[in-house]
Amino acid sequence: MNDVSSSGVVEKGREYVMHYFDGTSRRVCVTDIETNFPHGKLIVSRTDTAGVITMGNQSFVDMSGYEAHELIGQPHSILRHPDMPAAAFRDLWETVRAGNQWHGYVKNLRKDGGYYWVYATVVPNVREGRVVGYTSVRREPSRQQVLAAETLYRSMNGS
Amino acid sequence: MNVNFTVSPSFPTERITDWYIFNTWLQRALSMSIHLELYDDFGSQRKAILEGQVDMIYANPFDASLLVRERNFQAIAGPESGDEMVVFTAAEKPFQSITDLRPGVRLSCTDDPSVNTVGRILLEPADIDPADIVTLPTDTYIQVARMVLRDNADIGFMPVDAFEALSGIIRRDLHVLVTSQLHVIHHSFLIGPALLDSREKIAELLVTLHETEKGGSLLAGLGCNRWRRLEHEDVELMIDIISTLTQ
Repeated sequence: MNDVSSSGVVEKGREYVMHYFDGTSRRVCVTDIETNFPHGKLIVSRTDTAGVITMGNQSFVDMSGYEAHELIGQPHSILRHPDMPAAAFRDLWETVRAGNQWHGYVKNLRKDGGYYWVYATVVPNVREGRVVGYTSVRREPSRQQVLAAETLYRSMNGS
Repeated sequence: MNVNFTVSPSFPTERITDWYIFNTWLQRALSMSIHLELYDDFGSQRKAILEGQVDMIYANPFDASLLVRERNFQAIAGPESGDEMVVFTAAEKPFQSITDLRPGVRLSCTDDPSVNTVGRILLEPADIDPADIVTLPTDTYIQVARMVLRDNADIGFMPVDAFEALSGIIRRDLHVLVTSQLHVIHHSFLIGPALLDSREKIAELLVTLHETEKGGSLLAGLGCNRWRRLEHEDVELMIDIISTLTQ
């Protein structure tokens, strides 16, 4: 994954270095600009079993701020926002690798440094008894639930 | 062999005759005896499915899940566009968006599982506990519209094509709060294990139907322009997506 430099963001942002489970790291620049979830739509994407993006619908591409070709083949963590506690994603992977659905409110990072909130559900794709990947479906969250998630994640991050 | 064919009862009632005309064409094209059974409601159709009385079906997305995952049906074709629905209110009501709705809201809907599931997801931004939604079931989409217009319900759920089939006078007095743009959930032509030997023949007939004037006319009567070929994985993905919406 490439770094997101401050030159790519639309206002002066804060820089973070993100450390991922696979041992890689990436410098990102974040702003306080929120993009609202489009009413009536679903964001859908699929990954392989290693979490590498294999497919995304148009809403997935539009909300991310990337071009489709910049997303396919990248780890799904390209959308991870530094405000999201690592424990949430650990819980996600443990849940889906056990063959179960995971649900949660997620703050995603856009290419331009902004963010968008979603209510996400991730399911394992089971074909002929074998997990071949994962599908993530995101829908519009209620603002009350987003406020509750923000408070929870802030406390989990110790801030 | 006598084939039992049915159609998910989510289409506007004006199209009943068109489905019988389509079935007559299909019988001739396949040189098969095909009995078309149209059920009045989703419950009776689901019962027939569970009793093994269906060999071929134009299924709503939820029945497709059951038939593909549990009954070894295979998808062969589907419409070009997805099933979309509207949440609407009376124009005179003060609601301008979903977030204006409050606990106790009265909802009129039919028993269409696809429309109702998507509709309830579209209500989620209002943050209303499902137990605080008063559901008022009715039999037809026309009745859903009447319930809302007569102030017996605050909002209604309806497929987009059923909403657009309402008269201009009725629609003028309604206000759409949100229209789904999911694109990923759609009806599917499915065939059961007894028809698998004819899979390619039936699929080819359906996906080339638009190429003739007669075929185009049949499709127009059913409310679509053409059908596209569906592979098994297309429907598996749709079923995975549906499974995320029902939790």
